[in-house]
Amino acid sequence: MATKSLQARNNDLANTQRQLEILSNGIFADGELPTFANKIKETNQFPLRPKRLEILQINLGYMCNQVCAHCHVDAGPDRKEIMTIKTMNQCLDVIKKTEAHTLDLTGGAPEMNPNFRWFVEEASKAGIKDFIVRSNLTIIRANKKYHDLPEFFKKHNIHVVSSMPHWTRGKTDKQRGDGVFDKSIKALQMLNDVGYGIEGSDLKLDLVYNPSGAFLPGDQMALENDFKKALKNDFNIDFNSLFAITNLPISRFLDYLIASENYEDYMFALIEAYNPAAVENVMCTNTISISWDGWLYDCDFNQMLNLKVNSKVKHVSEYNEELLQNRNIIINQHCFGCTAGAGSSCQGVVA
Amino acid sequence: MSKTYYDPADLRKFGKITEWSEELGNKFFDYYGKVFEEGALTAREKSLIALAVAHTEQCPYCIDAYTKDGLQRGITKDQMMEAIHVGAAIKSGATLVHGVQMMNKVNKLEM
Repeated sequence: MATKSLQARNNDLANTQRQLEILSNGIFADGELPTFANKIKETNQFPLRPKRLEILQINLGYMCNQVCAHCHVDAGPDRKEIMTIKTMNQCLDVIKKTEAHTLDLTGGAPEMNPNFRWFVEEASKAGIKDFIVRSNLTIIRANKKYHDLPEFFKKHNIHVVSSMPHWTRGKTDKQRGDGVFDKSIKALQMLNDVGYGIEGSDLKLDLVYNPSGAFLPGDQMALENDFKKALKNDFNIDFNSLFAITNLPISRFLDYLIASENYEDYMFALIEAYNPAAVENVMCTNTISISWDGWLYDCDFNQMLNLKVNSKVKHVSEYNEELLQNRNIIINQHCFGCTAGAGSSCQGVVA
Repeated sequence: MSKTYYDPADLRKFGKITEWSEELGNKFFDYYGKVFEEGALTAREKSLIALAVAHTEQCPYCIDAYTKDGLQRGITKDQMMEAIHVGAAIKSGATLVHGVQMMNKVNKLEM
């Protein structure tokens, strides 16, 4: 398993332009498969337009204590891109005036940003009621200074969303690194101990499942039942919901697909499972994604492909919601990842 | 003609069998889809049965399809291997149980 980001390895795919070329060439250039634009034209859903803004998703930095094999952020300990106080203040200005009701903090490991707690406290003062932190769990065990994170999350009634690829050690460690499973279990137990995910408690703990390989997620409900049964029986762990998220063919996962000669089959599988009903509710229609350096994107995936919003307003410093909402969403073939089967978003299935 | 009898890319063309006999093809796929729905058995149990039978039938397309299907359902490697052993046990049992026929015949023919 790699312990460095694509960027640190000088991998060809660290170049976003190269990724976009791959996604537009080959099977898509010769017409063997339809492009995403052509596919959504069939059901008159082109151009894709935003609906009411509900979620601001802020990426606090690409630094992470893990180097997961499928990571679309190409995050890792060697990534130094971190949101500064200046950009955080610009985000807070936006939070004060936005219509969005939910603040979704992601990374990397968002908790590794040295100003993470300050930012949460300020956003809380600014009136955010619904907080999500996408926590990789192991960060809670990574260093003493993070051990009290469950208490901090609880204090601000933060909704914790954590990745957990499988209920067995082998499959989890293969995707996320050796020892990740045991640390994640310990972290989940700590979250349960302060009241997260427990019946009757309003502290929400949801898990995210990503397939650990070149296949699509199965039925979200069936997987949730399996996870609940196994985690309860084996470790006495409780959680609220499981979100099944499809891996999008970008960054490290794209690198893996190509290296393992699964790319074409995977794209065929995504398109075979294409569901126009999922297009209706893809997350880019109710979310704005803000990068560590303040640029605005339709979603976290477009952020990683460096596809900034198609609007006069491109940076948080010049934020104007009305202008921004009047835009066409930028699409490419990676979007098939969000419209396969029951659809996929940061909140799980959408159709 | 292609140089091999089996091409993994042919699996995704399976649906095209309806092109040369629409009615029968559609009836088959309707039936097939219905069989694998959640019923008295779970879809997960059916997937494991399909994987075992795929091996006893030695159908490379089915093996590809139901290995992937199992992974999508979160079925683990050891569960898949156990399912295949069930198929293998029935296969070898089916061979060996005919040994009784052989024994019967020997007993009949020998003085």
